[in-house]
Amino acid sequence: MTSILDSLVKSFSSFNLDIAVILPVVTLIGGTVIFLIMAVNALVAVYFERKISAFMQDRLGPMEVGIFGFKGGKKFWGGIGQTLADAIKLLVKEDILPNNADKFLMILAPFIIFTGAFLTFIGVPFAQNIVISDFNIGIFYIFAMSSIGVIGVILAGWSSNNKWSLYGSMRAAAQIISYEIPIGLSLLLVVLVTGSLHLGDIVQWQADHRWFIFHSPFTFLAFFIFYISTIAETNRTPFDIPEAESELVAGWMTEYSGFRWALFFLSEYANMLIVSIVASIVFLGGWLSPLQIFNIFPDSWLILDGPAMGLFWILFKAVILIFIMMWIRWTFPRLRVDQLMYLCWKIFIPFALVNLLFVSLWELIF
Amino acid sequence: MEEQAIDKSVLETGEMILNMGPQHPSTHGVLRLKIHTDGEIVSKIEPVIGYLHRCFEKHCEKLSYEQIVPFVDRCDYLASMHMDHAFSITVEKLLDIEIPERVEYIRVIIAELQRIASHLVALGTFGLDVGAITPFTWAIRDRERVLDLFEALCGARLLYNYIWPGGVSHDLPPKFVERTLEFLDYFDPQMDEFNNLLSNNKIFIERTADVGVLPAEVGINFGVTGPSLRGSGVNFDLRKNEPYSIYDKLDFDVPLGKGTMGTIGDTWDRYYVRVLEMRESGKIIRQACAQLPDGDVHEAIPKKIRPAVGEVYGRYESARGDVGFYIISNGKNIPLRVKMRSPAFSNLAVLSEIAEGWMISDVIAILGSLDIVLGEIDR
Repeated sequence: MTSILDSLVKSFSSFNLDIAVILPVVTLIGGTVIFLIMAVNALVAVYFERKISAFMQDRLGPMEVGIFGFKGGKKFWGGIGQTLADAIKLLVKEDILPNNADKFLMILAPFIIFTGAFLTFIGVPFAQNIVISDFNIGIFYIFAMSSIGVIGVILAGWSSNNKWSLYGSMRAAAQIISYEIPIGLSLLLVVLVTGSLHLGDIVQWQADHRWFIFHSPFTFLAFFIFYISTIAETNRTPFDIPEAESELVAGWMTEYSGFRWALFFLSEYANMLIVSIVASIVFLGGWLSPLQIFNIFPDSWLILDGPAMGLFWILFKAVILIFIMMWIRWTFPRLRVDQLMYLCWKIFIPFALVNLLFVSLWELIF
Repeated sequence: MEEQAIDKSVLETGEMILNMGPQHPSTHGVLRLKIHTDGEIVSKIEPVIGYLHRCFEKHCEKLSYEQIVPFVDRCDYLASMHMDHAFSITVEKLLDIEIPERVEYIRVIIAELQRIASHLVALGTFGLDVGAITPFTWAIRDRERVLDLFEALCGARLLYNYIWPGGVSHDLPPKFVERTLEFLDYFDPQMDEFNNLLSNNKIFIERTADVGVLPAEVGINFGVTGPSLRGSGVNFDLRKNEPYSIYDKLDFDVPLGKGTMGTIGDTWDRYYVRVLEMRESGKIIRQACAQLPDGDVHEAIPKKIRPAVGEVYGRYESARGDVGFYIISNGKNIPLRVKMRSPAFSNLAVLSEIAEGWMISDVIAILGSLDIVLGEIDR
């Protein structure tokens, strides 16, 4: 698998430039690409979240703001420019820092959270060769980098000097750290079977055998443990206790506004995209076409299987997973703190551990 | 000495005092709760009220009886019709006048519609309190239809000034009865959907069952009334126990908490009693609409309300409980004193009794299940 950075370096090398010049330029290009992905993802995802929630609640959602006078349709695409307008509003908003806040940490915290999401994107493949940098420990790297954000959450809650923020950050720390364990165990199971930490190898394994979710009953279970845990990891309802707006006002984000708050938002939706893509790569066959499973289609349709379609399929799967996350969010009430911990430590972790054992046995037997 | 004090503050763990409200998303208005917390566990709750005090009782001493009606509207702004009705039957008791049959039926239809509207807000905001947002918008959507009916009736959507001592301000508009029945036909299936979405949701039951149990005895001792008390299994409903208006002619049940999901009197029971009450209200409205007699709604309205010297206490079952008006008349057209018994006030008083020892999230849920309206508590 070649990565974007590799091919960029290769093409720049033809200009006979020093590697010390090429590397910063290439890194800058890669970083800009990631930032654009995050920004566009947030713009689109927020719009969809608003519209989906609106239709679930018998409303219309944003209907007024268009882009350059283009207002979209009468229903779904009406108000298409709303998130863009909101983004501009957030960027030009007055910058508020509470008097008694720890200003250095308070300014630092959003950037740490943003960095966590940003760094994770480096290792996330969007298709066969579309990945910023191709790690041979990709899955481990993504798992490690996505844990950085929690430091920012704790800092944000502590530095705000607000009791609600403190509560929110304590809850978030406990929740995010706890739910990393079932996620890690579910991913470990995949690594155990494929024998590789490389995401490309994992997808190749699935191309040779079958999608992981259909591999055995235990991997089927592991997918759901993984998926539910990632909802908790991204702090979404029914696991949104860190920001629980009816209890903690806005949790650890209470004192933030403007650009810094926008960074939180950007990272939240970036994390949603990351976990959905990882779930589709690891369990749902990544950039493989779902049509491959069924051999009933005529040969002319197999054009949909080609490598060019990889990006489409992976985003298709990720968007479905994101939609289910939104669906869950706008349907369920919120769990209580202790129930959340109970679910993690007494249900998910034992199940994931036993799962690991049974998958090993399954591999021995079959 | 000073050094020791500093050491103490560094090393000791203590309780944290959280100031919830008056600007907090789920204190249902401008209630302030001083909460002593040990981590997530709440050890002490002190409700602080008075942020919405509007001197209602003092104003009444300067206003004639007719002018007080718009003021009682503003006490319980989610069930204004109930306040109008409660005040009117008290004044009628003082005046000792007969009310035409038609007026009584209209009042009962309106009051039960108002009960549905008020409970819908209670259930929807309770959903918000436990983190479910969609039930709220569904409840508000259905309440909107009731408000449309009221708008057709008297032009107002929130503060009606519709039920006057001696009658009602307008007769029913054309097709009102048909529209009401149409609404009920629409509403019953909606309630099933609402139950599927919220009441029978596993997470919702986990959050509310066995939480904040209000034992019947404690409830009675604290003067808790209305659905909150009936959730504890106490069969006390003024519409049955001390029937006013024409409630004795109508056939309906009083839903009680049965501990379906946990203990009798838990948060889920208090919640579900309201769901069942809306069905009973529908039943009452259907009967009243079927029996609605003809007549003039204005014939009994006195030209001048000037009661004889005396005092009266009227009770009324509002959406929140037992509303009482105590009026002393000195023979003028202005009452000497009006005292209002607020059910939400007594219901709030029991909060610190049943919510201490639970978690912050539970306190919010319990508060939501008591269904308080600050306008009525502060008056």
